[in-house]
Parts: sequence; structure tokens; C-alpha cells
Amino acid sequence: MRNVGIIMRRELASYFATPLAYVFIVIFLVLANAFTFYLGGFYERGQADLEPFFTFHPWLYLFLIPAVSMKLWAEERKSGSIELLMTQPVTLREAVTGKFLAAWIFTALALALTFPLWITVNFLGSPDNGAILAAYLGSLLLAGGFLAIGSCMSALTRSQVVAFILGVAVCFVFLLAGFPLVLDLFRSWAPQALTDAIASLSFLTHFQSIEKGVIDVRDFLYFGMLIGFFLLATGIALELRKAD
Amino acid sequence: MIKTEHLTKRYGPLTAAEDVTFEVGPGEVLGFLGPNGAGKTTTMRMLAGFVTPTSGTASICGHDIGSDTLAAKSALGYLPEGAPSYGEMTVRGFLDFIADLRRLDGERRRARLAHVIEHLQLGSVLDQTIETLSKGFRRRVGLAQAIVHDPPVLILDEPTDGLDPNQKHEVRTLINDMARDKIIVISTHILEEVDAVCTRAIIIARGRIVADDTPAGLAARSRYHNAVSMQLDDPAQLATARAAVAALPTVADLEVSERDARLTALPKAGATILPALSELAASQGLRLKELHLESGRLDEVFRTITI
Repeated sequence: MRNVGIIMRRELASYFATPLAYVFIVIFLVLANAFTFYLGGFYERGQADLEPFFTFHPWLYLFLIPAVSMKLWAEERKSGSIELLMTQPVTLREAVTGKFLAAWIFTALALALTFPLWITVNFLGSPDNGAILAAYLGSLLLAGGFLAIGSCMSALTRSQVVAFILGVAVCFVFLLAGFPLVLDLFRSWAPQALTDAIASLSFLTHFQSIEKGVIDVRDFLYFGMLIGFFLLATGIALELRKAD
Repeated sequence: MIKTEHLTKRYGPLTAAEDVTFEVGPGEVLGFLGPNGAGKTTTMRMLAGFVTPTSGTASICGHDIGSDTLAAKSALGYLPEGAPSYGEMTVRGFLDFIADLRRLDGERRRARLAHVIEHLQLGSVLDQTIETLSKGFRRRVGLAQAIVHDPPVLILDEPTDGLDPNQKHEVRTLINDMARDKIIVISTHILEEVDAVCTRAIIIARGRIVADDTPAGLAARSRYHNAVSMQLDDPAQLATARAAVAALPTVADLEVSERDARLTALPKAGATILPALSELAASQGLRLKELHLESGRLDEVFRTITI
């Protein structure tokens, strides 16, 4: 456990050692607010809640989260520092977890910086703050799912650009798994059970209830398992390809 | 103690290392030699636990690298080829990170960090980021990382690559200082380094060990072993000298360099020719600038074995 913390701290500091962290946070905040006010009609709705804010998170994350996760492993492999890291007395599991947590904490920080919206909505009316907290938690889980996918894609390649594109593509499939765009690909040939299973993997379906403030254990479990699965896949990908 | 048995690594149809078996004990400095792509780095990566062998086993201080990986890694200091590190970190931050992972605490941590910073002369760049450092400094940061926890076993992949002659000397002195109570394996393609620091040398070619001997033993395989080289003061005497030396019964072959008026006489197997040549020079009235006995040329042995 101590190694996870050490690796996490180093990784988190490395985000802030380059302009990436600041660029990301600024763009995230600008876009999150722009979506809320212009596309979500925050004022026009006349309701004191943050639904127009959270509705756009999946789409915002689709492009921004792979940019956070792309460097996790691709950069280590490109620079060769993975050889240095993996010959220290640490396990692959500790390294994968530590790096993922760093990326997740970083995203949580960006998400937390949207707090003025929360203050605004409390100023304008009396929203259900419990629901807002639940939605924040759900958004964080969603980000974790995207990050775990991104971490796995980053482990597959030495190129951060490839890791980014792969990350966006796979996240997109997961985002829309419950929609015709993805399901039609399977309907024609796959058995109904498989199509249903794929549909149940959709990020959007699981996020839609959370963003309204409804906490369902199954949704939490879904994101937890998704993160676990992709971190495991990250480890396997690294085990197979780290020295290539 | 490092022990490997039949260590083999294949990448698809390509065999990077095959049947590598050797043992290294405390006090030994083992030089890994071989042409580029011969399997030196692959072998070292397997020892360091970074590459999983296709077959065979290896252990570091009794800890198997496959089943007891963490204990093996803990006993090891490893400098990867090219000394990779985290460019955006400062030298101080990087060494702190390694010290954390190596579980160095309190007084010992302070002392070890001070020790490596002093011996690798990193004091002036502690607060610089690693990506802004010169190649020589980066290599020394890599070395500092490898020795900071004072491990009983050191594996260094090309530790002096990219260093200037003074820095090379410093690093060799450092290795020699540590050699007494440690097991050190270094890879290099600088043959003078073998003489300077190694007590033993293994030559690898095409993934296999082709020679395992002391540097002197390797040099003795050279056709120049016990050869005598003489340089004449007066180039005009070269023809006379050449005829006289070639006539000696114990001389097997003779190489002449007109450019610097030098004769190199190669002895017949087991023969000692220095006294004979010395007498000959006196009797023929040759004026010599230089006369010396060669112990053998490692580069020549290296070529014969690896090509």
C-alpha cells in the first residue's frame, strides 16, 4: 500500500510539472460552464438544480479524460522509465493502481473546482444538495471508468496520440453501448442475450439515474467493476508488452 | 551471489539470449561484453526482473527472480540502458522518490543521499529538472538511483556511456571502491573498461556465452599475447631489423608498420622472444625508441570470438 501512495504522489506531481494540468483544468471549467449555460439552459429552465451541468459530463469526459490518461503508460514506455520503475521493489499492481489513482485525484480536483456553480444554484434557490452530492459522486465514478479505459489504452502503445485516439474510441463505444448506433452493429448477428448484455454496459444508462441524484448500488457496482476490469487489463497489457 | 541457469529469452522466432549460465560471487566485477544486439541488455533485464525469461532461472542473493521477485529486486541496484528517468522531475525530487521506494528513512536516508550526491557530484544540479541536464549528468543521476540503497548486487548497463574521460574515471573509481564487498555486473563495449574495473569478463555473441575468463586470460588468447613490439629510432634500419627478426627461430610472424618504423614480432606457441629480440637489437646495433612486451589485445580477441 505504501508503494501505491509513493507512486501516486509522484504521478500527481508530474501532472503539475507540465502545463497539461493547468490547460486541462481551465478548458474543463470553461467547457463545463459553457455547456451548462448555453446548451443546458441553466437560467431558462427556472429550476434550482445542476442537471444541465451534469447532463453534459459524459460528452465532456469523452474528449478530456483520454487526454489525462494517455500519458500514464505510453510516456513511461516511450522514455524507458518503465524499466526503472518496474525494477524497483514494487509490483505491477501497485504501479497500475498508483498511477490510476493519481489521474483520478487529478480529475476529482478539476471537478471540485466547479464548486462556484453549486454556490450559484444555492444562491438562486434551494436545491436538493443531497442529490447534487450524489451526482458529483456519480460523475467522479464515470470519470474513473473513462480513466481506467484510458489507462489500458495507454498501456497498449508507446504513442500518446494513439493512446488518446484509442481511448476516445473505446470510451465512445461504452458511452453509447445502449444506443442503436452501437447495438445495430450486433443485432444483425449476435444472439439477443449478448445484445442485451452490451446494452447493459452503457455508461449513459448507468449515469442517467445517478445524475438525477438517484443512488442505485448497481450503478456504483457497475462502475467499480468496470474500473477493476480495465485496470486488470492494463496490468496484463503491461506484463506482455512492457519491454517491447 | 548471482546465479543463472540456462536463461533463455525468445521473441517469436528471434532468440535474444540462449542458455546463459553463470555465477558471480562477492568481490567480483563481471564485465559483459558483446557486439550490439548480442543479448547483453536482454540478459541484464532478465536479472533485474524486467523481462521474464522464456525458460531457465536466475537468482539474486538466493532470491529467485520469478517466484521471489520483490526480495530479488530489493537486493539489487540496476541502471537500465540509456539511464532513463523522469525528465520533468528535479534531481532532488527523483532521488527522494527512489529513496521512498527503497524504504530509506531517517538518519540512514540522509546519509545515503548525501553520499551519492557527493560521490556522483550532483550537488550543483539538485534543483534542476532532469530533462535539462547533459548526458553525463543524466547518467550519473541513473547511477545515483542504482546505488542509493547500498545494495549487495549492482547491475549496470553501460554505466560510462556518454561520459567524458574525467567522468569515466570517476565512475570507474566509484565502481572499484564498491567492488570489495559487492557483486557488480557491468555491460560495456569499451574494452579498456574491462581492464580498468573487471575481475572477470563474459563475452556474448548471438545470445550465447562464447567466453568466460579473466581479462588477462582473455588477452592470453590473443595472437599478440607475449608478442614484442619495437620501434626504431632510425627508419633506415627497418629493412635490416626486419630480416634479422624474421630469421629468429622462435618468431612465428612479423608485422611491420612503415609509418612509425615499428616491428611487432609474434612468438611461436609458448615461446618467449623478448630476450632474443633484445640481444638481437644489441648485436645488430639497432637504435630503439621503444621495446615492449604485449600482454595481448582484447579488441583482437573480441573480434575473433564474436564475428
